[in-house]
Amino acid sequence: MASVSSTSDGSVAVRGNRRPVARYGLRFVALGYLLVLLAAPVTMVFYRAFQHGLGPIWSALTTSEARSAIEVTLIVAISAVVLNTLFGVGTALLLVRRRFPGRHLLDVLVDLPQAVSPIVVGLALILVYGKFGFFGSWIERNGLKIIFSLPGMVLATAFVSLPLVVRSVAPVLAELGDEQEQAARTLGASSWQTFRRITLPSIRDALAYGVVLSLARSLGEYGAVTVVSGHVIGKTLTLTLFIDERLQNFDQPAAYSAAVLLAIIAMGSLLISRRFRARTRSVA
Amino acid sequence: MTLYLSFLVLIPLGAVVWKSQSDGWSAGWHQVTSPEAAAALKLTLTISVGVALFNLVMGTIIAWVLVRDDFPGKGAVELFIDLPFALPTIVAGVVLLSLYGPRSPAHVDIAFTRTAITVALLFVTLPFVVRTVQPVLIELDRDMEAAAASLGASPFLIARRIILPNLVPAMLTGTGLAFARAIGEFGSVSLLSGNLPFHTEVSAVNIFNQIQSDNPVGAAAQSTVLLVIAFVVLFALDRLKRWGVHRG
Amino acid sequence: MSISVRHVTKRFAQFTALDDVSVDIPTGSLTALLGPSGSGKSTLLRVIAGLDTADAGTVSIEGADATHLPPQRREVGFVFQHYAPFKHMTVYDNIAFGLTVRKAGKAETKTKVTELLELVHLEKFQTRYPDQLSGGQRQRMALARALAVEPRVLLLDEPFGALDAQVRKELRTWLRRLHDEMNVTTVIVTHDQEEAMEVADEIVVLYDGRVQQVGHPHDVYEHPVNEWVMSFLGPVTHFGSLLVRPHDLDLAHETSDGALPATVVRVTRLGFQTVVDLDVQGVPLYAQLAREATDRLTLSPGASVYVSHARGESVPTVPGVPVAAAVGVPAGLEVDLG
Repeated sequence: MASVSSTSDGSVAVRGNRRPVARYGLRFVALGYLLVLLAAPVTMVFYRAFQHGLGPIWSALTTSEARSAIEVTLIVAISAVVLNTLFGVGTALLLVRRRFPGRHLLDVLVDLPQAVSPIVVGLALILVYGKFGFFGSWIERNGLKIIFSLPGMVLATAFVSLPLVVRSVAPVLAELGDEQEQAARTLGASSWQTFRRITLPSIRDALAYGVVLSLARSLGEYGAVTVVSGHVIGKTLTLTLFIDERLQNFDQPAAYSAAVLLAIIAMGSLLISRRFRARTRSVA
Repeated sequence: MTLYLSFLVLIPLGAVVWKSQSDGWSAGWHQVTSPEAAAALKLTLTISVGVALFNLVMGTIIAWVLVRDDFPGKGAVELFIDLPFALPTIVAGVVLLSLYGPRSPAHVDIAFTRTAITVALLFVTLPFVVRTVQPVLIELDRDMEAAAASLGASPFLIARRIILPNLVPAMLTGTGLAFARAIGEFGSVSLLSGNLPFHTEVSAVNIFNQIQSDNPVGAAAQSTVLLVIAFVVLFALDRLKRWGVHRG
Repeated sequence: MSISVRHVTKRFAQFTALDDVSVDIPTGSLTALLGPSGSGKSTLLRVIAGLDTADAGTVSIEGADATHLPPQRREVGFVFQHYAPFKHMTVYDNIAFGLTVRKAGKAETKTKVTELLELVHLEKFQTRYPDQLSGGQRQRMALARALAVEPRVLLLDEPFGALDAQVRKELRTWLRRLHDEMNVTTVIVTHDQEEAMEVADEIVVLYDGRVQQVGHPHDVYEHPVNEWVMSFLGPVTHFGSLLVRPHDLDLAHETSDGALPATVVRVTRLGFQTVVDLDVQGVPLYAQLAREATDRLTLSPGASVYVSHARGESVPTVPGVPVAAAVGVPAGLEVDLG
């Protein structure tokens, strides 16, 4: 194991293990596992997609179906993110700044979507907002269509990415403390002014981080959306559903192209969110 | 806020539970214990437990290597560990299929097998333990290890009696989260496993089929089972975290 | 000789923490390694313990070369500034750890641990966890833990640094008494000169990675070997081209051999002492006098007096030589001389 050494001013000098066998052994196991499970398959998919150059990918992604899939994905994802951001910030404020009975329950509830299978999410929404669901008749009567249409997909997507904004903002809010907000109040600021001028700027980086995570998650949701969507090509297919549809029609190139597009977006979101996370650390 | 949460989360989930007994509890139970559903559940739980435990070990090792070791490219590894989190599940399926499926250049074809389920679940649950253990490892008081060394403990003993006990709460949290994720996984598994009933069909797929074949009660009943399991895991984790806070 | 350090050098990247340091620690003594932060004292302690390895030089413990021994085999007890408690173990288990590692029997362990718990007055806390103890209690536990394995040498790295003043003073006295009782060779690292002088048999003054002076507290204070040591160990002021102790100065209305004419700038009475700020041809100087001495004189701003250096050590000032930051401020007296 590593021999520990910290200098008198507290900085830690990372020293190598005294037993190189142990060190190299662990490193080999860890990196080997990651190679086989993560690196190799991802490299393979990129290779397969770009095998014949950029051309086929471009044409696969610019068909009218592909383009509408992209459009639908963006609409659904952005709507879900906007919803979750608004309510996410509100919930975070509630959890951190107020005490009320059931606060702990709310805290656990916020994490719920992470533990629920996306299929179950879809089912749950159908049972409530579908034609024969709880609110089904009310919805029908008012000429609305939620399930098998875009609003349902937005709800499904919002459900699964719900915790992300709350969980990025809440810890920063907690660490910041509410002294600044109290100071603003004593100086005469209203709640809204306090929020806009004091709270919001201080959580800006954490919020950006949460939004990026939320957006990435929303763009990539599959399970829940596949249940509530009508799978109408050109209308209610997101990119992920598009991949599924193309695979079922043995159109591998198109499926791979879309997959690689989403993979690139995922990696990009990792890089961007990393930067925001580093900034929240330095502020707090 | 609570209204938003209710309409989005509570009411729909409540509806699932409600639906499973809309034809009576026994009908719901009958659905859950039907041969196909039971097989799917058994398969799901067994593989999920195995995967969670395996990634517990691997995740801890990876976290250790990321915190205590240094090598070229560590930054890239650090960044892309989270890829399974960020990748859409169906894309994960495509990714794994490209190397371990029918047209694999390495001639490793695990499609339509149970191994495929295991690999898919290992992939999607990879980051969980790493990300819960890593921060604890970083914050660990190195002086404790030095103190133990000065008292005569060998490096192995230090790892076992000093480091590991302090990591256990984080390890358990990560494993629980991984397990909860694994039992509900759909996209990657359905793509790789072929969803053969009684052989490679997991609960999530079975539920999906029930929805498609207009058997909402069956779907709801199985979903309730999954929900209950997930709830139990969540609450247990919450308890664990609070216990861990006191001790260290 | 209990510990022998010879020509030890240690570098951390560009920074040289120890530069050819050689020190002997007598058996059974309580030695203080004194110096400001960055002086290398903690590094030296850690090299002795084996927690850091020197780039050059040797360390011998009780005659045997220990330079390449891991800390596990050096039989040294180490107490950390932030106690390094095993957070997940009770106080009892913490103290028993060294014995558990050596596979001592349960009964034997219990006897030893109980003995130590009584020694450090923590008997009632043995089933508690470290986070339920105060800072002082945690430090006593850390000490008991280190003593449990009957080390040949006890090393303490700024053990009282993280505690508040009152607790610090109490533990200091307690440590000295403990040492007198147990007679284990002890080395304590500190940046607090008062602490070193109060507690140690011998002081090793370190600065900039080098040993400046070694000696009894009285010696180091009264006969400092250079300006830096003098100013670090106690209050100093300039007398002409010499560095002197302000309480070694006398004031008089008549001149005498070697006296300097001065003008009084300010007189501050602090109970039994009076501090007089003076100006000697544009150079500030201050004298610390007993109250009776000042009562006999008429001192008011603007008055003329003569300052003489009657006794005590002085060190010639050399321009450019570093002087400790504590110049001019008497230990324990928060006086605004500005």
